[in-house]
Amino acid sequence: MTTTPPIPNSNSSDISLLEDRRGSVHETGEAPVDMRCGLASLAGAVSQRACVFCGSRVVLYPVADAVHIVHGPIGCAAYTWDIRGSLSSGPELHRLSFSTDLRERDVIYGGENKLKAALLELIDLHKPNAAFIYSTCIVGIIGDDVEAVCRSVSAETGIPVIPVHSEGFKGSKKDGYSAACNALMRLVGNGDTTGIPHLSINILGDFNLAGEIWMIKEYYRRMGIDVIATVTGDGRVADIQRCHGASLNVVQCSGSMIHLAKAMEEKYGIPFIRVSYFGIEDMSRALYDVAEHFEDASLNAKAATLIQEEVAVVMPHLRELREKLKGKRAAVYTGGAFKAFSLVRSLRLLGMKTVIAGSQTGNKADYQELAELCEPGTVLLDDTNPLELAKYMQEKDVDLFIGGVKERPIAYKLGVAFCDHNHERKIALAGFVGLLNFAKEVDASVNSPIWNLVPRRRKTEPTI
Amino acid sequence: MTLLRHTSTDIKPRKALTVNAAKTCQPVGAMYAALGIHRCLPHSHGSQGCCSYHRSALTRHYKEPVMAATSSFTEGASVFGGQANLLKSIETIFDVYAPDIIAVHTTCLSETIGDDIPQIVSKATDKGFVPEGKLVIHCNTPSYIGSHVTGFSNMVMGMVKYLSQTTENTPGTFNVIPGWVEPSDMRELKRLMSVMDLKTILFPDTSDVMDTPLNGDREFYPEGGTTLEELKATGDSSATFALGSFASKAAADALTKKCNVPAEILDLPIGLRATDRFIDAVRTTAGIEVPNSLTRERGRLVDLMSDMHQYFHGKRVALVGDPDQLIALSEFCADLDMRPVYIVSGTPGKAFETKVLERLEERIPEVKIANGSNADMYLLHQWIKQEAVDLIIGNTYCKYISRDENIPMIRHGFPILDRVGHSLFPTVGYMGGMRLCEKILEAFLSKLDRESPDEKVELVM
Ligand code: SF4
Repeated sequence: MTTTPPIPNSNSSDISLLEDRRGSVHETGEAPVDMRCGLASLAGAVSQRACVFCGSRVVLYPVADAVHIVHGPIGCAAYTWDIRGSLSSGPELHRLSFSTDLRERDVIYGGENKLKAALLELIDLHKPNAAFIYSTCIVGIIGDDVEAVCRSVSAETGIPVIPVHSEGFKGSKKDGYSAACNALMRLVGNGDTTGIPHLSINILGDFNLAGEIWMIKEYYRRMGIDVIATVTGDGRVADIQRCHGASLNVVQCSGSMIHLAKAMEEKYGIPFIRVSYFGIEDMSRALYDVAEHFEDASLNAKAATLIQEEVAVVMPHLRELREKLKGKRAAVYTGGAFKAFSLVRSLRLLGMKTVIAGSQTGNKADYQELAELCEPGTVLLDDTNPLELAKYMQEKDVDLFIGGVKERPIAYKLGVAFCDHNHERKIALAGFVGLLNFAKEVDASVNSPIWNLVPRRRKTEPTI
Repeated sequence: MTLLRHTSTDIKPRKALTVNAAKTCQPVGAMYAALGIHRCLPHSHGSQGCCSYHRSALTRHYKEPVMAATSSFTEGASVFGGQANLLKSIETIFDVYAPDIIAVHTTCLSETIGDDIPQIVSKATDKGFVPEGKLVIHCNTPSYIGSHVTGFSNMVMGMVKYLSQTTENTPGTFNVIPGWVEPSDMRELKRLMSVMDLKTILFPDTSDVMDTPLNGDREFYPEGGTTLEELKATGDSSATFALGSFASKAAADALTKKCNVPAEILDLPIGLRATDRFIDAVRTTAGIEVPNSLTRERGRLVDLMSDMHQYFHGKRVALVGDPDQLIALSEFCADLDMRPVYIVSGTPGKAFETKVLERLEERIPEVKIANGSNADMYLLHQWIKQEAVDLIIGNTYCKYISRDENIPMIRHGFPILDRVGHSLFPTVGYMGGMRLCEKILEAFLSKLDRESPDEKVELVM
C-alpha cells in the first residue's frame, strides 16, 4: 500500500521563528492562549502595519461634503488619494486629494501660513460644509499650531475647521482611529435634533465600501427604524452634527469607532451596541440586537421576517457553492480582529476551514475569542510579516488567503487563491447578499483553473 | 459624468494648495531603486506608515510582493532620535531576512529630527550587527524636497557613492542608468545593448524582481537585480549612459567624479529620435557599428509612423507625469505630428521647461507647461476644460479627467493602479515606440468606431 508523502518543508518553512516573535504566534490547542500583542512592531521587521495618520484618514475620509486636507509633504496625501472605494450618494469632494505639499522652507520656517492660505483657497474653491486638517509626522516635529490656524480659519469662513491629530509616529493605526473620533466629536452636538423619532439609530464604523451602508440602512428602514447619521460611510456634516439626537449607536468593526460611541455615551448618554454585518449569523444578530434594544416585540418580528426573506433568497445559491468549497483551507489576516471573527464564521458556513488567523491590531481578548472560534491546530498571528505568512501558508497547505493589498501577490506567488476583504474590495460583502457575493468571489478564485497550471508548492532549497 | 464636478473652469492662482498631485514623495523612489539591487532589502527609516504606503503603492503598480523593512518610529524616537531604532533594525534584518545589502532611506520624520545615518551605520558595524561581507548603504530622501523621482535619483547616486570602485581591470563594460522606468523597459535596454554586442551593467535593474514568474514558491529575494559585484565594477566601465537627467544624471556625475568614468547624459529613449540619439551615443562611444537587425527594427517604427500619420495629425495631447518621461514624450508626440499642448509635472526643476521647449523645436507655440509646486492634475483639468484635448497620456489618476471629459487616455508613468502591461511591455526603444503608436491609434480609432454615426462607420482604416 502506498501512502502519500507528507508535504515537504520548502523554502520559507525552514525559517525558524524569530526569537522575539515567539509570543506573537500561537497554535491553538497547544496551550492556553496568551498572545503577546498590542506592541510596537519590532524595528527592522517587514511589518504589514500602517500608522496613526493612516487610521485617521481611512476613518474620516468618507465624509463627502467636507474637504480633507493633508498637512505635510506630498507623500501622505498622494498615497491616500481615493484608494478606498467609499461611495457617496452626493458630493464627491472626498475623492479629491488636497495637500499643503510642505517644502523645505516650510519645514524650516513653519507651515502655519501655508496651511492657512491653503485652507482659505480650498474653502473658497469648493464651499465645503466642514474641513478636516490631518497633521502628518513632520507637523508634530516642526510644532505648527494647527489648532490656532483652524480656529482663525473657522472664524473667517464660518464653517467647522477641525484638526485631526494624526502624526504618524504617535502610536498605531488604532490611535489614528481615536484621533478621528475625537475630531468627529467636535462636530457632534452642533445640530438641531428636533423631529428625530424614538426609533432611531446611528450607524458607526461602516464606510460604505461598494455601497454596503445603503444595504444596511435599507434593512433597518424595513424594520421601521430611522438612521440619523452614517458615520462615516456616505457621511454628511449636518447629519453628524445632529446625530446625538438618535437613541442608539450601532457600532460595527469595533476597532475604529468604539471610541466615538463611548464618547457619545459619556457626553450624551446614548448607549451603543457592537455588531458585524458580515455573514448571515452576524448580520442577523445585528438586526435582532437593535430590535432587542428598543424592547419592542413588533420590531423583533419584523427583523425575523426580513431575515427569513433575505436568507431564503441566498440560501439555495450558498448551498451550491458550499459543495464546491467544502474542505478547502483558508488563511485570514485582517486589520482589526473583529472582522476575523466574522470571516471565520462565514468560512465555516461555506464548509471551509480556517487554519491561519491573524490581525494587525488585535488584543489579548480578541485572540482568546479567535482561539475559541477556530479549531485546534489553527495558527494565530499578531502583526505578522511576509516570511511568517509564507511559511505558515505552505505548512498549513492553504487554498485561500483573505487579506489586503500587500498580501495579495504573496498568496498568488505561492499558487494560493485570494480574496480582498479589505478596503480595496469592489463588491459588497456585508449583509445577506454580501455573504453570497463573498462565496462567489471565493469560489471564483479558489476553483480557478489557473491553480492547476502552476507548480504549486515546488520543492526547492531555501533561497534565503 | 461628473466625478470631478468640483473642478471650476475659472483658474484662480493658487499659492499654497495642491489638489490632486502629479507627484509623490522621495522615499518611494528610493525604495524602488533599491529593489533593483540583487538580494537587497530596502529599509525605511521612519514611521511604519511611510513604509507601508510605499510598499502598497509599489505593489499596486507592479502587482508583485514588495519587501522593505521599517524602523517603526514611536514617540520616543521623535524626541531622542532614531538611532536605537536603526541599530535594532540592522541587527534584526541581517538576523531574520539575511540580505546581502540593506539600502536605508530616510523619511520626512527622520530628516527633520536630523538622524545621521552613516554615523549610526558605523556604530552598527562596531557592534557587530553587520555580518562579514554584508553591506549597508544609504541615501537621504527628505520628502519635502523634489519628488519621488528625486528619491530614485538619490538612491542610485548612493549606490555609486558606496559601491563603485576603480581597480586595475578594464573589462570593457558600459554602464546604463535607466532612470525610473518599468522592469520591461530595463529588460529592453539590456536587450538593445546585447544586440549591439556590448557588455553592460544596468543599474538599478528591477527586471526579474518586479516582474517575477509564478513558480509556486516565494523567493524573498528574486533572481534579478544588479549584483554587488556589478555595482562595484561600474567604476571600471568604459563609459556611462545616463538616461533621463532628472533620474540618472546625479549618479552618472558622481561616478565620473569618483571613478573617472565618462558619462553621456541622454533623454530617456522613448520615441524615434530619442532612441536614435541613445543608439548613436552608444555607437560612437563604443566605436561599434549598429547591427542591421537594429536598423531594420528602427525601419519598422518609421514605417508604422508613416502608414498612420494621417490619424496622428493635429491631435491635441495632454501629458502629465515625471519629467524624464515627459521630455521624451513631448518630442515623440510632435514627431508624430500631434500637438502636445499641456505638459504638467509635479516634480520641480527649472531645467524641465527649457528641455521640453528644446524638444518641441518651436513646433507647438500654444504649449502650456507647468511643473513644481501647484502644478497638479487639477490645473491640468482646468486647462482641459478651457480648451479640450484629444488624448491624455499619464498615470491612472488621469482617468477621472478622461471619464468626465470623454477624452481617451493612455496609461503611462507611475502609478498605474488599474491596468496591466506596463511591467511586461516596454515603451523604450524602437519596439517601445511601436507599442506607443499602437496604443495611441487604438485610443483614437476605437473612440471613432464607438462614436461615429451609423452611416459613417468605416470598415477599412
Ligand atoms: S510621512 Fe513623509 S515620508 Fe512618510 S509618506 Fe508622508 S510625506 Fe512620505
